[in-house]
Amino acid sequence: MSSTDAPTAPATSFGGMQARSSAAINQASRISVRNLDFFYGANKALKGVNLELPDRQVTGMIGPSGCGKSTLLRVLNRMYSLYPGQRAEGEVLMEGRNMIAPDVDLNELRSKVGMVFQKPTPFPMTIYENIAFGIRLHEKLSKSQMDDRIEWALSRAAIWGEVKDRLQSSAMGLSGGQQQRLCIARTIAVRPEVILFDEPTSALDPISTLKIEELIDELKRDFTICIVTHNMQQAARCADQVAFFYLGELVEVAPAAQLFTAPREKRTQEYITGRFG
Amino acid sequence: MSATMTPQGTNHGANPGVSGPAKDKAVAAALGRSRKRADIIVRSLSYAATAIGLVFLASILVTLFYKGFGAMNLSVFTEVTRPPGSQGGLLNAIVGSAIQVALATIIGTPIGMLVGTYLAEYARGSSFGNAVRFVSDILLSAPSILIGLFVYQLLVLPFGGFSGWAGVAALSIIIIPIVVRTTEDMLALIPNTLREAVIGLGAPKWKMIVTVCWRAATSGIITGVLLGIARIAGETAPLLFTSLGNNAWSTNLNGPMPSLPITIYSYAGSPFQDWIELAWAGALLITLAVLLLNILARSVLRSRT
Amino acid sequence: MQQAVTMTPGAVPKPARRSSNLGDTLFSAACHAAGGFVLLLLGGIIIELFIGGLPAFRAFGLPFIWSTEWDPVQEVFGAGVSIYGTIVTAVLAILLAVPVAFGVAFYLTELAPPWLRRPVGTAVELLAAVPSIIYGMWGFFLIAPIMAQHVQPAVIDSVGELPFIGALFQGPPFGTGIFTAALILAIMILPFIAATMRDVFEQVPPVYKESAYGLGCTTWEVMKGVVLPYTRISVAGGIMLGLGRALGETMAVTFVIGNANRISSSLFGPGNTIASVVALEFGESEMGSLKLSALLALGFILFVLSFAVLALSRWLLRSRLKA
Repeated sequence: MSSTDAPTAPATSFGGMQARSSAAINQASRISVRNLDFFYGANKALKGVNLELPDRQVTGMIGPSGCGKSTLLRVLNRMYSLYPGQRAEGEVLMEGRNMIAPDVDLNELRSKVGMVFQKPTPFPMTIYENIAFGIRLHEKLSKSQMDDRIEWALSRAAIWGEVKDRLQSSAMGLSGGQQQRLCIARTIAVRPEVILFDEPTSALDPISTLKIEELIDELKRDFTICIVTHNMQQAARCADQVAFFYLGELVEVAPAAQLFTAPREKRTQEYITGRFG
Repeated sequence: MSATMTPQGTNHGANPGVSGPAKDKAVAAALGRSRKRADIIVRSLSYAATAIGLVFLASILVTLFYKGFGAMNLSVFTEVTRPPGSQGGLLNAIVGSAIQVALATIIGTPIGMLVGTYLAEYARGSSFGNAVRFVSDILLSAPSILIGLFVYQLLVLPFGGFSGWAGVAALSIIIIPIVVRTTEDMLALIPNTLREAVIGLGAPKWKMIVTVCWRAATSGIITGVLLGIARIAGETAPLLFTSLGNNAWSTNLNGPMPSLPITIYSYAGSPFQDWIELAWAGALLITLAVLLLNILARSVLRSRT
Repeated sequence: MQQAVTMTPGAVPKPARRSSNLGDTLFSAACHAAGGFVLLLLGGIIIELFIGGLPAFRAFGLPFIWSTEWDPVQEVFGAGVSIYGTIVTAVLAILLAVPVAFGVAFYLTELAPPWLRRPVGTAVELLAAVPSIIYGMWGFFLIAPIMAQHVQPAVIDSVGELPFIGALFQGPPFGTGIFTAALILAIMILPFIAATMRDVFEQVPPVYKESAYGLGCTTWEVMKGVVLPYTRISVAGGIMLGLGRALGETMAVTFVIGNANRISSSLFGPGNTIASVVALEFGESEMGSLKLSALLALGFILFVLSFAVLALSRWLLRSRLKA
């Protein structure tokens, strides 16, 4: 019985990784996922998932490839609706409404639930226009208001200092890490309530990764954040609560410190100690 | 610092409302409505454009089948072209076209394959190679009537007359760049590791190309050749100045030779009803052949992947 | 090495290697020669057309390009009318075809249900493969009568009455003419441009579209804001490629342009293009005549025109070609 192994896996096995212990999970939840099933055609990718995303907290989602963590992320802003044949059943409650109901205004939903992708996706336009693009969709701002908003968004994404002198040059000329922070700025410029991060640092070098992680920590003051990551250290560093997925099921969700030091489930234990995945 | 820049004066640091709730919902809703209206308008225009395109396609095919089948009978295939008023067919034009297209394919395919091989296997990055690629792409889209004029200047004027060979030459020049493009594209898809594996066995480069690369690219090259045949089978303009056309039975490549497109061209523009009907029959034949070749080419390519 | 060779004298690989070297040399030479042959072809086309047109260029000088006379009896020739007709029909065809082609490409990449994408896409591609003479016949026997009986009378009575632009739509409704030729050309290049645009749009990585959707964009906003900016250069290249085709198209135009050597102020008036003049007048010119030389000179001008457009298109499409 490997469950007897659990006590023999002390926190030190994470090699200097320091899981958050101070964070008390905020009980007010911004999004509630209830009995969510997800299908790629006939293939069931999520099975009865229940998860609360606490307001202005970071929820980390971990698990081996194909476990459904990215799928869940793409349910939260209905990205899957772009692809026929993909469908979700169950409830994703936000402000009391089920966001996977067919009559939901997707444009409005996505303005409330922003997303940052694995690879930086700067649009082929200037830095200024990249940020203004999303704002113009939802708001009518004067030139000076727009300038202020863009400065605010770029500052919040910790990239203002690097780009303030070249707002009118192409965004494609930025480095990978800068591009990713630009994409974060573009997302927060729309002022969403929730930001989804889909492995936001997997294409970046360690220093850029560190900057993004610091940024996420800073952003959770204002935004509810959900981050999918392959990297358990990252989940431990960034997340307040961590959800472990395996084969389409949510195996365990717990405050980060608890999940990484004293997981309740055997499968979680095996995954975080590197037995599989 | 960022607090003062917060839009609408809210202090984002202290005020969590910097996200959603601070937005002016009325403006967002109004914008949302007009944005959705624009989306619906453009979508509708796009549906309309597609419908228009498909209606034209259907109109061409329906006209062609209606008029073509109406004029189709056995004598189209058994009789040669005759003066108006007598029961004639298109046999000589069909045979003439088949001969010229076949010879042009036989001549053009190996040249095109060699050029494509040169571009994919020898010329990577060289300026001569870039020049060849550029010129080949220009030839691919150059007006075919100019290729006819060129062959007229090159082969018809100096050798004293229109000939089937001149037509063959013009059609070969048209098919070469088509074969070049597909050959190069298909060879470029072959992973370098495969080449290295063959070279690693001690095979010389030419053997690697002929026995492995060409074989791996076979279906792609066949697709290119089929598309090339489809293209030259319908070419009319270059034949006007080269093989000219012939109302009698002729398989003599040294003299003017009949072909289906030229016959269609001259019959369709004639005032005689029976000739016009034969032109429709010929048009249907050519279109069917071209479409069949295209479908065949697609299935060859698909069977591979 | 030395030792190895002396140790196995019976199996010296040298002769075999020499023959493979010979094989390599020959094969490489054949490939290079074939590449050179393609260059020679293009050079040959330029030179032969120029030499053929030289007597006409000598006889009429530079004014040949804009002179509008074409009098085989007096042997006075000018290219003005046909150059005008070539450019006007081609540009008009592009103006008509591009919006529709964009609509088709937008439908095929973003709107169509998946089960319809392949069949509709294939239909569009097949339409591009239909020989141009078929378009010419269809235009002559089906579209020209419709234009003459229904479209043109209505337009002449309505738009033709307006000041300024009315002049473009006046005159008797022949059915054939510049506008009909442009319409047939547009229908001919439509599938071609639509297929190119679709291929280009499909190359935009889905994650870019998703990040635009993620900001709350509508489908049209994703197209306008992300896909088009991403692909604008290739789209321009595809349009240029269509323009190149339209400039040199012979058969689709010859049937329906009306074939008159005059520049009409009305788009419904008859005209001609370089390709249609060459195709029609060639049969009536004797070998070695000044008229034949004038036709070859026209061919040379058409070559220069389409070369410029095709070279531009290829330059614009270079990034796509690399991918």
